[in-house]
Amino acid sequence: MKLYLKYLSIHIKSILQYKTSFLLTSIGQFLVSFNVFLGILFMFQRFSNVEGFTYSECLMCYSIVLLSFSFAECFFRGFDMFAGMIGNGEFDRILVRPRGLIFQVIGSKIELTRVGRVLQAIVMFCYAIPRSGIIWSASKVITLVNMVFGGTVVFAGLFVIYASLCFFTIEGLEFMNIFTDGAREYGKYPVNIYGKNVLKFCTYLVPFALFQYYPFLYLTGKSNQIFLAFYPILGGLFLIPCYLLWQSGVRHYKSTGS
Amino acid sequence: MIKYISFFRMRFINGFQYKIAALAGIVTQFVWGAMEILLFQAFYRTNENAFPMEFSALTSYIWMQQAFLALFMTWFWEKELFDSIQTGNIAYELCRPTDIYTMWFVRGMANRASKALLRCVPILLMAYLLPKPYGLVLPSDLVLLAWFLFSMLLGFLVVVAFGMIIYGITFYTVNPMGVRMVSQSLAEFLAGAVIPLPFLPDSIKKVVELLPFAAMQNAPFRIYSGDISGKYLYQTILLQIIWLVIMVVLGKIIMHSALKKLCIQGG
Repeated sequence: MKLYLKYLSIHIKSILQYKTSFLLTSIGQFLVSFNVFLGILFMFQRFSNVEGFTYSECLMCYSIVLLSFSFAECFFRGFDMFAGMIGNGEFDRILVRPRGLIFQVIGSKIELTRVGRVLQAIVMFCYAIPRSGIIWSASKVITLVNMVFGGTVVFAGLFVIYASLCFFTIEGLEFMNIFTDGAREYGKYPVNIYGKNVLKFCTYLVPFALFQYYPFLYLTGKSNQIFLAFYPILGGLFLIPCYLLWQSGVRHYKSTGS
Repeated sequence: MIKYISFFRMRFINGFQYKIAALAGIVTQFVWGAMEILLFQAFYRTNENAFPMEFSALTSYIWMQQAFLALFMTWFWEKELFDSIQTGNIAYELCRPTDIYTMWFVRGMANRASKALLRCVPILLMAYLLPKPYGLVLPSDLVLLAWFLFSMLLGFLVVVAFGMIIYGITFYTVNPMGVRMVSQSLAEFLAGAVIPLPFLPDSIKKVVELLPFAAMQNAPFRIYSGDISGKYLYQTILLQIIWLVIMVVLGKIIMHSALKKLCIQGG
C-alpha cells in the first residue's frame, strides 16, 4: 500500500509538470460525456419515460456507470496500455522485480486525466439525486456504493482480460472496446431496455447487469427485495476467470526480445 | 490536377493496408448499430406517437451511419498534420510545388474514403439481410439513390472542409488540443451523430438544421431513408452546396493568412 501511494505521488507530480495539457484533456473528457448527457436530455424531452424509467433515474444510472468506468480507467489503466508494455520489453523488467506482477502493472500508469469524467458523473449525481424521488436510507446508500464499486471491479476485470489477450497476440485487440466503451456508452440506460437477450448476456457472460440493472431496481424502489443490493458483489466473481486468464497468459509469455 | 489525383491514389492504397483494424472496426460498428437500434426501439415501444420519424427510416439512418462512419466522423484527425505544424516539419511541405490546402484536402479525402470503402460493404450487406423492422431498406427508386449519393459526396466534402478550417486555426495556437476538443464535440452533436436531428426539440431543431453541421451526415442519411423529400430535398442540397463553398473559401483564407505569417522556429 505504501508503495502504491509512492507510485501515485509520482504520477501526480509528473502530471503537474504539464498543467495545461492535463487541464485540456480533462475538459475534453468532460465534453465527450457531456454530449451523451445532451442526447439523454433531448430524448426525454420527447419521450417522458422509457420502459418506466424516468429522466432522472436514467441520469443516475448513467452517472453510476460513468463513475465506475472512470475509476477503473483511472486506476487500472496499466492493463489498458499493456500491449505497449509487451511490445517494448517493459514487461521483462517487471518480471525481474521482487513485487507482484499485477501490482506493478497497476502502478505503472495512473490516469488522473479521467477527473473530467468523474466530475461529469458527480455533477449529474447532484442533479439527479434530489429529483429522483428516492427515499434515502442506509440500505440505499450501501446499494449505491456497492454499484459503483461493483462496476469498477467489472470494468477492471475487462481491462485484465484485454491485457491477458495481449500475451497471445502481442498487439491490442480493438474488439474488446465493444465491452468497455460499449458498456459505458450504452450503460446510460438500464440494461433491460435493450431486450431480454442483451439482459441475459449482461447477466451471465459479462456481468454488467449485476451492478447496473438489478441493484438499480432496488435503488429506485421498483423492487423492495434487499438482496438485489448485493448483486454487485456477486459480479465480483467475474474477477476469477479474468485472473485465471491472466495467469495462463503469464505462463505463455515469451519476450518479444526488444 | 494529375499530381493531386496520384497523391489521392497513394494515400488511398496506403489506407487499404490496415485490414485487421478494419475487421475489428466492422464488428464494433455492427454491434454499435444493433445496440443503437434496440435503444431506439425501447423508446418507440414506450411512446410510438412521439417518434419523429418512421422506425424503418431510423434503422436505415443508423446502419448508414455505422457503414459510412469513416466519411463523417468529426473526431478523426491526422496526427501527422498537427505534428508537422508543431514541430516545423511543415517547412518541407511548403517547399513542394503544390498548393498545401489542396494537398491536405485530398489527403483527408483519401484517408476517409479508403477506410469507409473497406468497412461499408460488409456492414451494409449484413444490415440488409436483417429481418424487416431492423434491417436496411433499399431506396424506392433510382432517382432517390442518385440524390442520396450526390448528397453524401457533398456532406463528405463539408466534413473534410470543416477539418481543414480546424487545421488552419491550429497554426495560430500551436497547442491544438483545445480547439480540437471543443470543435469535435460540438460538431458531433450538431451533426446528428449522437442522436439524429429529428429527435431534438422543434425550436432547437429549426436552428440546428441550418448550421453547416447539418450538411454533414444528417442530409444524405435522411434523404436515403425518405425522411427528407419533396421541396425539402432541394433545400437541403442547396444548403449543403452553400456551406461547402463557404467552408472551402474560409478554410483557404485562414490557411493562406496563417502561412504568410508562419514563422518556423528552427530546430
